[in-house]
Amino acid sequence: MKEYKTVNQIAGPLVFVEGVSGVSYGEIVEITLPSGERKKGQVLDVSESIAVVQVFGTTAGINTSQTSVKFLGETMRIGLSTDMLGRVFTGIGEPKDKGPRIVPEEKLDINGLPINPYSRESPADFIQTGVSTIDAMNTLVRGQKLPIFSASGLPHNQLAVQIARQAKVRGTEEEFAVVFAAVGITHEEASFFMRDFERTGALEKSVIFLNLADDPSVERIITPRLALTTAEYLAYEQGMHVLAIITDMTNYCESLREIAAARQEVPGRRGYPGYMYTDLSTIYERAGRVKGKKGTVTQLSILTMPGDDKTHPIPDLTGYITEGQIVLGRDLHRKNIFPPVDVLPSLSRLMSLGIGPNKTREDHKGVSDQMYAGYATGRDLRSLSAVVGEEALTETDRKFLKFADAFENRFVRQGAYEDRSIEQTLDLGWDLLSMLPEEELKRVKKDHIAKYMKKKETKAE
Amino acid sequence: MAKKGVLSRISGPVVEVKNLDDAKLYDVVRVGEEGLVGEIIKIVGNTAVVQVYEDTNGLKPGEPVENTGLPLSVELGPGILKNIYDGIQRPLRDIEAKSGHFIKRGINVAPLPRDVKWEFSAKVKKGDRVKAGDVLGTVQETELITHKVLSPFEGKIEGIKSGKYKIDDEIGTVNVEGKKKDLFLYQKWFVRNPRPYAEKFAPVIPLVTGQRVIDTFFPISKGGTACIPGPFGSGKTVTQQSLAKYSDTEICVYIGCGERGNEMTEVLTEFPHLKDDKTGKPLMERTVLIANTSNMPVAAREASIYTGITLAEYYRDMGYNVALMADSTSRWAEALREIGGRLEEMPGEEGYPAYLARKLAEFYERAGRVRTLGTDERFGSISIIGAVSPPGGDISEPVSQNTLRVTKVFLALDASLAQRRHFPAINWLKSYSLYKESLDEWLRTNVTDEFPAMRDKAMELLQKEAELQEIVQLVGPDALPDKEQVILLVTKMLREDFLQQNAYSDIDAKASFKKQALMLKSIMLFHEKATHSVDIGVQLKRIQDVPAKAKIGRMKEITEDKLDSFKDLHKDIEADFAALAKK
Repeated sequence: MKEYKTVNQIAGPLVFVEGVSGVSYGEIVEITLPSGERKKGQVLDVSESIAVVQVFGTTAGINTSQTSVKFLGETMRIGLSTDMLGRVFTGIGEPKDKGPRIVPEEKLDINGLPINPYSRESPADFIQTGVSTIDAMNTLVRGQKLPIFSASGLPHNQLAVQIARQAKVRGTEEEFAVVFAAVGITHEEASFFMRDFERTGALEKSVIFLNLADDPSVERIITPRLALTTAEYLAYEQGMHVLAIITDMTNYCESLREIAAARQEVPGRRGYPGYMYTDLSTIYERAGRVKGKKGTVTQLSILTMPGDDKTHPIPDLTGYITEGQIVLGRDLHRKNIFPPVDVLPSLSRLMSLGIGPNKTREDHKGVSDQMYAGYATGRDLRSLSAVVGEEALTETDRKFLKFADAFENRFVRQGAYEDRSIEQTLDLGWDLLSMLPEEELKRVKKDHIAKYMKKKETKAE
Repeated sequence: MAKKGVLSRISGPVVEVKNLDDAKLYDVVRVGEEGLVGEIIKIVGNTAVVQVYEDTNGLKPGEPVENTGLPLSVELGPGILKNIYDGIQRPLRDIEAKSGHFIKRGINVAPLPRDVKWEFSAKVKKGDRVKAGDVLGTVQETELITHKVLSPFEGKIEGIKSGKYKIDDEIGTVNVEGKKKDLFLYQKWFVRNPRPYAEKFAPVIPLVTGQRVIDTFFPISKGGTACIPGPFGSGKTVTQQSLAKYSDTEICVYIGCGERGNEMTEVLTEFPHLKDDKTGKPLMERTVLIANTSNMPVAAREASIYTGITLAEYYRDMGYNVALMADSTSRWAEALREIGGRLEEMPGEEGYPAYLARKLAEFYERAGRVRTLGTDERFGSISIIGAVSPPGGDISEPVSQNTLRVTKVFLALDASLAQRRHFPAINWLKSYSLYKESLDEWLRTNVTDEFPAMRDKAMELLQKEAELQEIVQLVGPDALPDKEQVILLVTKMLREDFLQQNAYSDIDAKASFKKQALMLKSIMLFHEKATHSVDIGVQLKRIQDVPAKAKIGRMKEITEDKLDSFKDLHKDIEADFAALAKK
């Protein structure tokens, strides 16, 4: 074990150690402060004589004369075991509850390895979340990564716990687990999740990593990686179906920017580093199904869009990696509609793999497309009617307007504990579609109209 | 072997090497004890800067680095088709066999299968003089494609033999100015050097894609270049995949450059099941996939584009038409930026390196329809269709702008169309094709004489609609005169019954030029008759309720073998309007 007392520069979260030899890139170090306190760090850059170390935790108290740095000779790894279920850990993987240390069955590199695209299996199992806007129109599939694009003040946490609580693959009784990573969220938010997990009994099936807002921001770089390594272990080694929830990825990106700035790197868009896309992909891409393995990793990350701006680098780069997004809308939230899922900008790219006969129902695609189109038309007409007045619209247009309102009030709106089956959701969809003139229903098959649409007079709302 | 260099600094995917013997720019090196593949991208004094195609975690200063002395190259020979490669031509199937489901580092696998025996039949004989690019013989590579083994040399054949050979077996010798050279079924080529050809031609033949909005309004030529920029979720990948499936080319090269793993899997699982239209054989028989997903090393992503285009050029040189899909060139540009940043280069616009425009232009310039080298007349083409993923969907950014400067077709994907499930979400007002005029001649002879005029008329209506919509937004539709309301009625048909195409429907996913012309004809006929009806004083309401309208709405479902039924449709339209006129 090599130990050095040659710290020559400290800048933000970075410590520069001189005169080192045999240090490897990505290696973990242990730093002993003059006070005797110990901290961990990781090598970010190494040349023949200088190693740049990123310290997990604050760099307060580190000095150049008495601090000693020990290079541990291995890259960051986490000890894993099924005993981790039901336990709570800090953002760097130390036990946070009062339980004992984990006796690892296996130690894995937290950066993981890329899954060979050839070894992946196409996701195919429909996950019923019980939330109509997701199930019918942005279907979640096992092995998918589907983030929630939210913004400050919107109830994304409530939606996330509802999904965690209700998500199931129908007709199977397979082992599932939740891996939850809190990245820089407040204590209050974290305890909301914990309380809900505890009350619903989900805690026993969960592994929780907490990096709270007052924890060192550099740790946020590794918290999601610990969580995903755990998820991969449970899925691919232990055969479980894992739902990984990471909140809030915006904080992760802020940390990334902080470190890049401390290293004086050339900044990219809005000061975020140019490699942020690649870096994010090494997190988001750790979801999926692998040939010949029973377990799967499904990822549900939450991010808050700064200024509700979908084109901000964080949501933008995320959207290019993930398989769609669920977007929460402030307008809907203002109308007091929960969950405020704005279906128009939302998307599930893997939807077509998980729906249809034998999976959900033969009419699923048609109903979904038709409702999208109907709601989009209705929303356009709303702005038109605001200008010209409702009277100036044609009768058909007025029907679309009504449809859009009913869609929001009956289809989008549901209780936080309301668990709708896919049949209920689709039937509700047909019910709403019956408000529109039949010749406008071009996206549903004619025989499906005959089969599923209940004929009735449009009743007054 | 040359003396080994010593690793002196590691910073992410970029490492520095000291005292590397005979280091030349773009030489491939083997880094560290594990022999990770890298490429020299900068030389300063006795230090070579190397981009490493694999994860560099755990590398230490002081580890050895070996120079192979050769630039990054690919192996060209039978066995390319049906294969799935990473960015530096390593077969993913063989990687799986060696390292399991996850890609470990330092894996060394041969690009072409070494143990397969190919049936080679020689087309030249002893004593023949051959030029570079001449066909030495053929190998049936897949059921669909005959592989032509091309001579890399000019000289006199001293011996050549037909029979079953492995790729490393010598198949003959050639005398090149007194020196004897062995011939093999494969050759190597440096990916950053374009393969030579004899002559490049103007674009006069369309690439038939089966996509109505493209073929009719924004055609791509064989050997042409197109770019598809669009924000995420606007259907870039679906459009690319449709083009890959239905284009009338013999070979398809699909590069998944920095894209999603699950999406690549979809391509990997779907393509083998898709049937080729003409032969009914799996599409995979004429496809090569390059998959370098976003979480795979960034330097290999940079290389994947060159690997892909070089493979495409090789099949072009055999005389095939090749379609190359690159999804997405933005990820490639970002790889350039990332590596440029690590090199501490002075950044240009938005942090992209200053040479971005040049590199993009060089890449697209490798497209074209050419007469190939060789004494027999062979013609081949490469059409490049590149996806661009502009941040926030705003195409004023450097990658989109520099791409637009070199590509001739612009297919503007539009998120608002995608949101209302109008697919393909190609905006007909913003898109353009500079090939339109040069292809008209072909359309007149091969489709119908009236097609170009009909298309221009339809586009005129769509543009008129945009103007009218603005008025409607202000005063409502009823304030428009009847004639203009007819235009709105017809353009709605154009949008919903012609431009929209369902990639997931068996019948509608692809339409022949004939069907496209008939469909367009039906709508334009409707327009003509409806306008006439307004002129003779028929009420607008009655025009809107014409029964033929619904039939036009269902014409997508007419199969290619029943195109005659369009005649009935046209008769119906005329009859319906004639009936209106009588009342």
